[in-house]
Amino acid sequence: MDNITILLDAPILLVQLLLDGLLAGAIFALAAYGMALVWGVMNIINVSQGEYVMLGGFVTVLLAEAGIHPMLGVPLVALLLYLLGWLIYRLVIFRIVDRDLFISLLATFGISILLQQLANQIFGADVRTAEGELGTSFLFNGMVTIAHIKLAAALIAVLTGGALWLFLKKSRLGQAIRATAQNARAARIMGIDTDRVYATTFALNAAICGAAGALVAMTWIIHPYFGLVYTIRSFMIVVVAGLGNLLGVIAAGLGLGAAENFAGFVLGVEYQAAFVFTLLVVILLARNLLLGRKRQYLK
Amino acid sequence: MKRAPVYEYLLITGIGVAALLIPWLLPNFITQFTFLWVMVVFALTWDLLGGQMGYNSFGNVLFFGIGAYACAVVQRDSGLDYFTALALGLLCAALLSTAVSALLGAGVLGMRGHYFAICTLGLGVAAGEIAGGWEYLGAGSGMVTPQYPGGIGERDLFYYFLSLTITGTGFFTLRRLYQSRFGIAINAIRDDEDKAEAMGLHTTRYKTVAWCVAAFFLALTGGAVGNLIGFIDPRDVAFSGATFGVWMILMAILGGKGTIWGPVLGAAVFHLTQELFWNFLFGWQRVALGALIVLIVVFFPQGILGWVREAWPERFGQCVDTDRQGGEETR
Repeated sequence: MDNITILLDAPILLVQLLLDGLLAGAIFALAAYGMALVWGVMNIINVSQGEYVMLGGFVTVLLAEAGIHPMLGVPLVALLLYLLGWLIYRLVIFRIVDRDLFISLLATFGISILLQQLANQIFGADVRTAEGELGTSFLFNGMVTIAHIKLAAALIAVLTGGALWLFLKKSRLGQAIRATAQNARAARIMGIDTDRVYATTFALNAAICGAAGALVAMTWIIHPYFGLVYTIRSFMIVVVAGLGNLLGVIAAGLGLGAAENFAGFVLGVEYQAAFVFTLLVVILLARNLLLGRKRQYLK
Repeated sequence: MKRAPVYEYLLITGIGVAALLIPWLLPNFITQFTFLWVMVVFALTWDLLGGQMGYNSFGNVLFFGIGAYACAVVQRDSGLDYFTALALGLLCAALLSTAVSALLGAGVLGMRGHYFAICTLGLGVAAGEIAGGWEYLGAGSGMVTPQYPGGIGERDLFYYFLSLTITGTGFFTLRRLYQSRFGIAINAIRDDEDKAEAMGLHTTRYKTVAWCVAAFFLALTGGAVGNLIGFIDPRDVAFSGATFGVWMILMAILGGKGTIWGPVLGAAVFHLTQELFWNFLFGWQRVALGALIVLIVVFFPQGILGWVREAWPERFGQCVDTDRQGGEETR
């Protein structure tokens, strides 16, 4: 517990941890928004969510090595992942949309293993990062540092989320997506091609995750096996925020980012992943307890 | 309680005799057969929840890992001779694992559907991450189990019969459970949990007991496998979600979930394919594993036994004759 004493001696570190956590949280929120979209519209928990983040990150790294600045690479990554999402929908997902939960969970779990191991074979298991240095600001006499690239990444995350929200609210296709989420059968009767809506939704989710992955690659590190952590983070955020609650997703994402950063500092970095997974179990147990209390009995 | 058909007894006797003779008939493949029995336990215990009760657990490997570590810690710290320490270790492993499952079960098994699946996924990985950072358990470098006092051949034979015993006990326990009221109760939970609860079943109690049974046998297997491999790595052996954790699901579905013979068959088919063809894939095994899961789940979710049952329903006592509706239905 030496780290707590360090924190007490230098409270300014709290600001640093909070800031880093919030900037990371913006990216978590972006990936979680994608998961909420697929969950709400298709009623599928996409266990392969984190793998699109990971693939987006690797594409960014490759682009950066080819000389394209990662920030300029974000739209390209999103486009590529959109195509991948579309392909996966056309190959597998459309067969499981209307089937039971067991099949959709296991099928996306299989896709997740497939993508993760493919990335391991193609890119290698090494830790990679995309170089995109933009300089650093110092606050409080240099006690707190902010890498500009992290600020830019959080800004891009916010902009992407905002654009997506506008798309869902205003555009024709966005309205069709929301109609399908409300009642797929009624939407079909009203002439909406729900198959196309599902395909777009799934591909959009992959694109959003790809963009999130690009932001992760330029601010932190990526490796083939980190997908599951992002799936779990997204799931946690959606469970806490609820479906179709954009502000809740943002708040939960930022909160998770900050909490994780503090835990990583206090418990040590080797326990940061353990913290995420334990937090998931705790949140689900707490949710279950709260639901149990609301259960009504006939008297 | 329903009487089993004669051919089932013949099948059990046949497999039992073959299992006892294998060390002398095929002495070169004894380790492979030891792992075959381990795989059968994996598939059977997963099917107890996933197939019979309708609760898809992605984290059953948790109990396997707890068993492996508990057994190894007892062996390391007890200071007894090899066999006493191993027996004590296996006992502690089974008790600890059952206690953990009972404790977790009360909370975790209250969840339904997606939430249970993702929660168990989180549990399995969390345990691996914690074990990977815990100095007492050797942290990331894992634990080495003690050396077997005898020769190599004797060691192989000992662990072959140890895993065969665990598998046999597990198989007959589950078979007996499925034939009893308990089996009917967990099937009712799978078919409609709310109605089962309305009928007066203590569903959470049944679910927890089922999970404890699975945890008990998984922990015994964990203790045996930890000693068989001789080295316990937190993420690649004990809490290895990417191999054992996935295999148990795949084997149960491949064979036909919700039956007693399905997981056995699935484990045999999967293990055989793996031993025969896996090495030709040169590191692409896990990619193939992912593709295999998607293919089986999407196109063949009923499994081999389910398919056989659909093709020849009368063999399973299901009556398809329209004049004799309401014939005996088996499950």
